[in-house]
Amino acid sequence: MIEKALKGSTGYWVWMLFLLSIMGVGGLCYVQQFNYGLGITGMSRDVTWGVYISQFTFLVGVAAGGLMLVLPYYIHNYKAFGRIVILGEFMAIAAIAMCLMFIIADLGQPMRAMNVLLHPTPHSMLFWDMIVLNGYLVLNVLCGWVVLQSEYKGIKYPKWIKPFIYLSIPWAISIHTVTAFLYCGLPGRHFWLTAILAPRFLASAFAAGPALLMVIAMILKKTTKFDVGREAQDKLVTIIGYAAMLNFFFLGCEFFVAYYSQIPGHMHTLDYLFWGLGHGDEVFNNLVPFMRASVVMGLAGIALIFVSRAKQSDGLLVVSCLLIFIAFWIDKGLGLVLGGFVPNMMDQVTEYYPSVQELGITAAIWATGFFILSILYKVAISVKLEKEA
Amino acid sequence: MDSKRRDFLKIAGLTAIAGIAAPSAFNSLLKGEAVASEHGAAAAGAHGAAAPTGKRWGMVIDVKKFTENPGLAEKCVSTCHTIHNVPDFGNKKDEIKWIWVDSFKHVFPDDSSQYKKPEALDSLPILTLCNHCDNPPCVRACPTQATFKSKDGVVGMDYHRCIGCRFCMAACPYGARSFNWRDPRGKDANGQPFIKAENPKFPTRMRGVVEKCNFCTERLAIGQIPACVEVAAQSKALVFGDLNDPNSEISQVLKTTFTIQRKPSAGTHPSLFYII
Repeated sequence: MIEKALKGSTGYWVWMLFLLSIMGVGGLCYVQQFNYGLGITGMSRDVTWGVYISQFTFLVGVAAGGLMLVLPYYIHNYKAFGRIVILGEFMAIAAIAMCLMFIIADLGQPMRAMNVLLHPTPHSMLFWDMIVLNGYLVLNVLCGWVVLQSEYKGIKYPKWIKPFIYLSIPWAISIHTVTAFLYCGLPGRHFWLTAILAPRFLASAFAAGPALLMVIAMILKKTTKFDVGREAQDKLVTIIGYAAMLNFFFLGCEFFVAYYSQIPGHMHTLDYLFWGLGHGDEVFNNLVPFMRASVVMGLAGIALIFVSRAKQSDGLLVVSCLLIFIAFWIDKGLGLVLGGFVPNMMDQVTEYYPSVQELGITAAIWATGFFILSILYKVAISVKLEKEA
Repeated sequence: MDSKRRDFLKIAGLTAIAGIAAPSAFNSLLKGEAVASEHGAAAAGAHGAAAPTGKRWGMVIDVKKFTENPGLAEKCVSTCHTIHNVPDFGNKKDEIKWIWVDSFKHVFPDDSSQYKKPEALDSLPILTLCNHCDNPPCVRACPTQATFKSKDGVVGMDYHRCIGCRFCMAACPYGARSFNWRDPRGKDANGQPFIKAENPKFPTRMRGVVEKCNFCTERLAIGQIPACVEVAAQSKALVFGDLNDPNSEISQVLKTTFTIQRKPSAGTHPSLFYII
């Protein structure tokens, strides 16, 4: 089945070479980082996690987003998702692969990563995160591949795979919950110390994951004969729209608690992210334009996605999904992690700017993710189209 | 009837087992190692009562005495950093520090009594180091037990096990931890080593691991007091000793003097006490 990835149009090969070139450049950046140390990044004593960990956090959400397809299809027998569900499972594989690469890129001693297994530590949330992420990767590889292979052979998938599919549903919830627990269990970091963090993560995940999937599905519709179908498209609009609204509701709850209680620690990071944090004679606000853009884009995306369905416009659908995806990428892939470090534990402010090498490595990991995704989608779509022809 | 009764007994038995096992399992999930759990349980129940037996180290920092002896705090810092081979990279981004001087408003950021604070307060030199918490969030967060709590109260680091994930740095409410962003054994552009004069009796660290104050465990092990305390011995600005011994100097000071701790609301129960 994998041989399907080795036959493709010129466009396919150009795309793969493009990704490989980014991976190559980023690989060179990583060699530099490996030899010099993490000091080559923009991270500092005060902002100890940067784009690597924030990308990781966001991508866990993209992976968990696959749940929004698996659940209706396998539990509620929603047949319209028959063509798209495999795309969801395969996207989860690529996203988790990126997560793991971002974690490795962020380690000061990557050669010692296996210490997490050699010295299992159940009171550390990172230990559990490792278990749930790797477990989810295995589940999706297994379920996605077995179901697709059965389709390839023209038979119904074997019964033994069903329990694994069912298991993958709560497991998807667990990956983002445990990832939220990394942050919300730390005393002293007020911005993260909120019980609503895991629900907020899940809400943004269930919007951002399917939104990216929708954009890819629309690209596939244009470039190949693969069409996920109008009904699936319309249903996904509902899912993305409501999940995105829920995310903004949770964000509103955070604002209320901070600004109504007037507890300084709760307000500081929101000040920094959305208004600029005055500190002594200086105002620190390097993330303000991003965060404001995130809110505007997110709300505009929600409005437009429903318009796109009413007008049955694929173009508008792509635009609105991109708006929602980018909005939540800023919210979680920038603001959430970086904001948590401002102000620091001693009420001082250090701002963070990623270095060129750091951005190169980040781009390379994204490119690797899309590389994996392209191979998997190539296989899946070839099989689907072949069987339907 | 019989099968129902057997089912009932099965369920009852399972519930009983779960009831017995669950709290202890939950406890071990929260506290991790047995040592920490002992301290933690005592702390939760009795508001910071320490373990009843053995040595339990603590420190009192008398800020007034440091004001009376200008330069003393800086001397404590430089002595510590010299004997522990703490590198100096000459910039804030890569900075590594085990003990340092900061202002009142930074060391006690929650204390915002706007109108009644004496103006001099913000300029006081306040010595800041790892609090060696009874209930340390860094130990809870570490995925490899590279940072751990000893029975004598010291929160230690195993530099050879640390994977450099910096979860402990996110977890520490006191900013006490530093990361080796680059090779501390290296040299700057002018060929000057980052460790000015290496102390062969203490290990240097490698790139990519976290480090912090170790309460001078290497000195405690051979019956000496921590280096900073030794520097401040004459002025008695730092009082170090066994919190479990009611007759120790530190126990007497704590009994007779009002002291404060950093961020008590975080529930970490620090081993450091400040006289302001």
